[in-house]
Amino acid sequence: MGEIDLATVNWARAQFILTAMYHWLFVPITLGLSFLLAFFESMYVRTGKEEWKNLTKFWMTLFGINFAIGVATGIILEFQFGTNWSSYSWMVGDIFGAPLAIEGIFAFFLEATFFAVMFFGWDRTTKGFHLFSTWMVAVGSNLSALWILVANGWMQYPIGMAFNPESARFEMQNFWEVLFSPVAVAKFTHTTSSSFVVGSFFVITISSYYLLKGRHVEMAKKSIIVASVFGLLSSVFAAFTGDESAYANGRFQPMKMAAYEGLYEGAKGADIVALGILTSGKRVGDGQKPFAFEVSIPHGLSIMAKREWNAFVPGIKDLVYGNEAEGIMPVTEKMEKGKAAIADLAMMQKARKAGDEPAKVAALERFKVNQDYLGFGYLDTPEEIVPPVATTYYSFHVMVYLGTFFILLLLLYLYYSYKDALEDKKWLLLLGFCSFFLALTASEMGWVVAEVGRQPWAIQDLLPVKMATTKIAAGHVQASFAIFFIMFAVLLIAEIKIMLKQIKIGPEGV
Amino acid sequence: MIGNLDIVMLQQIWWIICSVVGALFLFLTFVQGGQTLLWQVAKSDQEKSLVINSLGRKWELTFTTLVLFGGALFAAFPKFYATSFGGAYWVWMLILFTFIVQAVSYEYRTKPNNLLGAQTYELFLFINGSVGVLLIGAAVGTFFTGSNFTLNDFNQVTWTNPLRGLEAAFSLFNLSLGFFLVFNARVLGAMYLVNNIDFNGVPEFEARVRKSCLVNFLLALPFLLYVVVSLVLIDGFGTDTNGVVSMVAHKYLSNLLAMPVVLGLLVVGLFLVILGVTRTSLARSTTGIWFGGLGTVLVGLAVFFTAGFNGTPFYPSKIDLQSSLTIYNASSSHYTLTAMTYVALFIPVVLGYVAYVWKQMDSRKIGMRDISDKKAY
Repeated sequence: MGEIDLATVNWARAQFILTAMYHWLFVPITLGLSFLLAFFESMYVRTGKEEWKNLTKFWMTLFGINFAIGVATGIILEFQFGTNWSSYSWMVGDIFGAPLAIEGIFAFFLEATFFAVMFFGWDRTTKGFHLFSTWMVAVGSNLSALWILVANGWMQYPIGMAFNPESARFEMQNFWEVLFSPVAVAKFTHTTSSSFVVGSFFVITISSYYLLKGRHVEMAKKSIIVASVFGLLSSVFAAFTGDESAYANGRFQPMKMAAYEGLYEGAKGADIVALGILTSGKRVGDGQKPFAFEVSIPHGLSIMAKREWNAFVPGIKDLVYGNEAEGIMPVTEKMEKGKAAIADLAMMQKARKAGDEPAKVAALERFKVNQDYLGFGYLDTPEEIVPPVATTYYSFHVMVYLGTFFILLLLLYLYYSYKDALEDKKWLLLLGFCSFFLALTASEMGWVVAEVGRQPWAIQDLLPVKMATTKIAAGHVQASFAIFFIMFAVLLIAEIKIMLKQIKIGPEGV
Repeated sequence: MIGNLDIVMLQQIWWIICSVVGALFLFLTFVQGGQTLLWQVAKSDQEKSLVINSLGRKWELTFTTLVLFGGALFAAFPKFYATSFGGAYWVWMLILFTFIVQAVSYEYRTKPNNLLGAQTYELFLFINGSVGVLLIGAAVGTFFTGSNFTLNDFNQVTWTNPLRGLEAAFSLFNLSLGFFLVFNARVLGAMYLVNNIDFNGVPEFEARVRKSCLVNFLLALPFLLYVVVSLVLIDGFGTDTNGVVSMVAHKYLSNLLAMPVVLGLLVVGLFLVILGVTRTSLARSTTGIWFGGLGTVLVGLAVFFTAGFNGTPFYPSKIDLQSSLTIYNASSSHYTLTAMTYVALFIPVVLGYVAYVWKQMDSRKIGMRDISDKKAY
């Protein structure tokens, strides 16, 4: 398939990291806050009290500031699949393009249409229709998350498709399998519920700030109660869906799981490391101890990965070098099969061009034997299938620790709200003030686990990232990276300055 | 019924769907056109505010339609998506940049402490309306003038022009199409503002907007003429029954003659645009936008249909004719097109609620009361 320019690959990767992580600074706020707005406004419509209306309008102002930049950064990702990853777009466009188009039809128009009513329709429509519009913005935002996460889930666990050697691309065979793949379901539920937590903490952080300053006390307390209830329910749900995601990883992406658990040697009844420091510089197969220090829970990993006390959980070493007893093929063997598949595919194309039908059929038959290993044929070494372990491991653990902390924090917030003693607990308000930044960190870390943990694959086992890029000189990608970087820096500063000013002005100013 | 359609039928249906979305986008560029009119028709801050707030209730529709246009092309014609976006890299990147800065500008322009100042955000809106639309026109122009790419056995694109897509803007035809779209967007923008703003107490403002509709139409005319005359005269790309691509004399003229419906769309569309202009600038009607809008949609459809139907590769390669993309060789699989066609049944529902909300929200025109609201842009 031609030579690979690794500089292009790495700059395209860097650009994806930059644009996706930047976009994700704003998305979880939108996903969570949109529902909170709907709750706030529902309270207004139910009680008819103006204070709920003012409260809704205040949070709506902040929502709008965040939403604008979320929209601006979202369009980049769609373009980027084409500009930087055109080989990918061609090879899987038949499957990957559909959710993106559906996202546009089902979700973006809901958001765009009802957003205008939500902001400008207070005295242009009825109370009921306005409330309906606010709910539609929340539904639309979260539906758009559904479709893009279905697309991402498919990359992690490609299902419902087959490789078509004639066109040299993957083609969809079953839409429902793509939509309801266990990975897609786990991804959607975990991503949205954890985003609800981020949205809740956005409200809690700002409200805690007001309580610490003794400003807008009544509004802040009301906001905190609604956000804490929503946040707590979502946090608990996020814990369950997180467990579901881990179970899916155990079945479909064992290497990712081995990386985020720091598991080098597979075992039956494998322990889970609750707290540990990785040995720095550790490589697979070098005989070093994986951990410099660790605290483990016996059998924990087997239960998480397989939901069985004594199940075998493969480690990085097993997955790279194979484990005959457990039926794991070494990567070297997969690479050989993959290279054979690539050769047969090329031969088939050649025969097709020459009009040599028997040769084409023969090559196709040989290709089919090895086609599941196609992606491995592009690897240079077996160790290439190991993702950056430390990044994945620490990101995962930070996310889990924070997720647990959030449940405690929200329980405390609800308890002291119930006692009406929140204002006196300065220490708690300080923790609450930090909570949004921690929640956003946890959310970003979740994506690091999901995306770094599946390297080197763009599509698990089928297409390595290095084969997915556009054939373009690295300089072009570098230049567009630089423009994005400057643009993002300026827009982020503008966004933060505007947001802080509006928070300072407070609800009376809206 | 959809499940029984053959792939050729589905490919044609999807070219029509993509064309409809693209044509609707061209209508919705009244937002971009309005943005470029800002500094000319609005003299006071109050007038500026009226324009921004009027457009600000619609910009997301245009933006979303553009995103859907991209998404629909990706889903239905992934080879085009991969080839054009990956190949004509910079033309798409620049278009993208102009839409990124647009998306924040409405919200941030008048907010206190906005770092760059209102003028800069207005400049962003101007860039989006001018450079953005111009480049979209240039990109669409390559449907007729061709691009510089080859595809290998694995359909990977190699772009042979070092400008990576920007060369599209150095063709007189592409540029003319781009400028036509820019001025047409301004015409539509003026029509929309006339329809949407309550000019009570600011008659000079109204007169300026109405006049700008005619002026911009006159400015659009030479570019339109150049595009139409070129289309009639130039040789085009054609495929024979075996899918072999060659240069065909007067290809686009013969397409129009072979598909009288398309010719009809073009003629009726242009007529409606003219009608919209006369109603806006010469009569005192506020309904010009509906004529101009529908006219633009019909012209847009005619352009896309001429480019893709009647044995015409819609994304031709100048340097390797056989790499050219047709709606038949660039499409998704039979299965995906079928599944997406079921999804497309939902489009009328979307159009329905968009229209309903539009009507609800615009039953009262944008006036002074709206721009003094604290939520105003």
